[in-house]
Amino acid sequence: MKRDEIIKTIEGAELCPGNAGVVKVPLSQFRKVAEGLRYDKESPMDFLREVVGVDWGEEGLGAVYFMESTVTGETAALKVVSDDRETALLPTVSDLWKTALIKEREAYDFLGIRFTGHPDMRRLFLREDWIGWPLRKDYDMKSNPLRLDNEINADITREYRLRKDGTLEGIDHPIFGENDFVVNMGPQHPSTHGALRMRIGLDGEVITKVDPILGYIHRGIEKMNESLTYPQTLGMTDRLDYLSAHQSRHALCMCIEKAAGIEVTERVKYIRTIMDELQRIDSHLLFYSCLVLDMGAMTPFFYGFREREMILDIFEETTGGRLIQHYNLIGGVQDDIHPTFCQKVKEFIAHLRKVIPDYHRIFTGNVIADTRLKGVGMLSKEDAISLGCTGGTGRASGWANDVRKRHPYGLYDKIDFKQITYDGCDSFSRYMVRMDEIMESCRIIEQLIDNIPEGEYRVKTKPIIKLPEGIWTSAVETSRGEFGVMIESHGDKTPYRMHFRSTGLPLVQAMDTMCRGWKFADLIAIGASADFVIPDIDR
Amino acid sequence: MEVKKMAPIRSMKYEEFKNNDYLEGLVRQLNDEGAGVILTTVDRLINWGRSNSVWGLLLGTSCCAIEFMALGAARYDMARFGFEVTRNSPRQADVLVVMGTITYRTAPVMKRLYDQMAEPKYVVAVGGCTISGGPFIKSYNVVNGIDQIIPVDVYIPGCPPRPEAFYYGLMQLQRKMKVERFLGGVNGKDLQHEPNGKKEKGGDE
Repeated sequence: MKRDEIIKTIEGAELCPGNAGVVKVPLSQFRKVAEGLRYDKESPMDFLREVVGVDWGEEGLGAVYFMESTVTGETAALKVVSDDRETALLPTVSDLWKTALIKEREAYDFLGIRFTGHPDMRRLFLREDWIGWPLRKDYDMKSNPLRLDNEINADITREYRLRKDGTLEGIDHPIFGENDFVVNMGPQHPSTHGALRMRIGLDGEVITKVDPILGYIHRGIEKMNESLTYPQTLGMTDRLDYLSAHQSRHALCMCIEKAAGIEVTERVKYIRTIMDELQRIDSHLLFYSCLVLDMGAMTPFFYGFREREMILDIFEETTGGRLIQHYNLIGGVQDDIHPTFCQKVKEFIAHLRKVIPDYHRIFTGNVIADTRLKGVGMLSKEDAISLGCTGGTGRASGWANDVRKRHPYGLYDKIDFKQITYDGCDSFSRYMVRMDEIMESCRIIEQLIDNIPEGEYRVKTKPIIKLPEGIWTSAVETSRGEFGVMIESHGDKTPYRMHFRSTGLPLVQAMDTMCRGWKFADLIAIGASADFVIPDIDR
Repeated sequence: MEVKKMAPIRSMKYEEFKNNDYLEGLVRQLNDEGAGVILTTVDRLINWGRSNSVWGLLLGTSCCAIEFMALGAARYDMARFGFEVTRNSPRQADVLVVMGTITYRTAPVMKRLYDQMAEPKYVVAVGGCTISGGPFIKSYNVVNGIDQIIPVDVYIPGCPPRPEAFYYGLMQLQRKMKVERFLGGVNGKDLQHEPNGKKEKGGDE
């Protein structure tokens, strides 16, 4: 195990409590350990799942790094702290993992930790003229009142380097090339699927750089959660990725249940798994509708929404909500399934199997669809892993990254289903992965729907839930990738730090890689095929 | 000529609407200010046209926008009521439909979109977040109600509102349009928030 190896060989390394197995390493040794893990001979940790910035008060500011090897599936987690709160500096790992380019910017934006050697230290979610660091514990919530003056975005970004004598040096880099023609797109644009803004550098009609500007829907959910009790925090997850409402909430409930030692009944597991899969079909139908709508076709949009409404009806009968359902609770689900639930789901699956061939007939073989999707927007497997593009986008590049197979939860270890992967690496593969997953989800539901065991739909929990001290994590496969929850608990009834791994953030970052060299008009189709939801990115 | 209280909508009876007193107040105001025969008749014709082809500018930032897509699809087909045309340019739109949380970064953008729209313009605030900040009211980055920035004509509460609630809200907007004076300045608009601050100016003089 890598964990024991690090603790043995590195002086001052210690294991933190919690199920995540986080190893705290001294700041001076961190870079060496990270490089060692990344280029390990047997199991190179090539997938950096997450970088979570945390304010540990007296101890200092720092970050937790979660990584995984795609070769062996082994995981590791490192914690590193800088005790200087005034000028907190950490060495960058963006040269080892590309995904750190954007995740370190997030940590900088929230906590003011500067990463030395990172080429682009700009704010990510907040206004560029924002004062202070909101996720620090001593942040004054009223220090930035509403301003209506227009925000000016810098064209130059700064890199910080440490000189040999320990002093800091700033080097300026221009964001766009000298000959780039920069076009703005968003935040109010119908094809960005929400309030996403991109600055696009063009050479003629060819894209040279995509610079996403995020935060137009940043609501500060992580900070708000720090003052909410555990049952209250559940209310926020449905509003992150609203097309994966069940799954995100499933992840948070699982994390709290794991930490508090609550066992859920078999019946709950069945209900949760079925709901997750229905949600996945719902999301993929919407993906199909939006992709074709973005490319100018209208009829398939009506097809997709026709079947989607049937799922929403099923949801509504049981949960009472159409889009935001608030169904999972700590220790179970809100209420038992509706008496007609099973019968309606079976009817729906039978219906869906009949109509999916129509979907393909109207769009998949279409000559316009083919030319605009096939061979366009390439994302190689190495890039997908390095950028952390999980979900359908990664699987379309041949990376088998399904959490349901890698770290089974719910009932996924007991049922028979295929992990869909394609090797095309293009927009068309990303489309086909999702279409095939609809059929696979049907198979999963069919295996479960007749066998839901009797039992409690919710186990009794204590009125006040307190988690034991430590760092706790859980992950699920949502409709568009790996959604992770990290809770740092200090034994209180509120979390000390709660972090959600966004499924869409790596996808937005990958837009630059996918779009470079392609025509401006392809950007819309590539973006639609990557399938991101903006409120999940901005949190 | 007396303007009748009726602001008829074919799909729903007058008595079934709530907040009728508000519209009746608008009608009373019209009558008090004197409604000429010719102007009122022309107004009624123009308003009939306006209210049955409401073009929306969508500012959809989160969940509510997905429910709006459901409105556009076959089951809830909003084309039946005359507001299915959505524009993506503020210059071509009558009503700004704000769907989803407005953060401090989006607020100047929304204000600019509103300023770019041509008069007469309307604003519909959809969902709890736009009305008051909703579940994110305590956040450091969320506007607690868009009516702090721009005047709002119709509030549609819900998180997100059901498609039926959308209809109801948009029909209320249509009804409001129907009892307005179009020629010679739109009545019933709160001028306090206007960009050039007409009302405040009047007060100074």
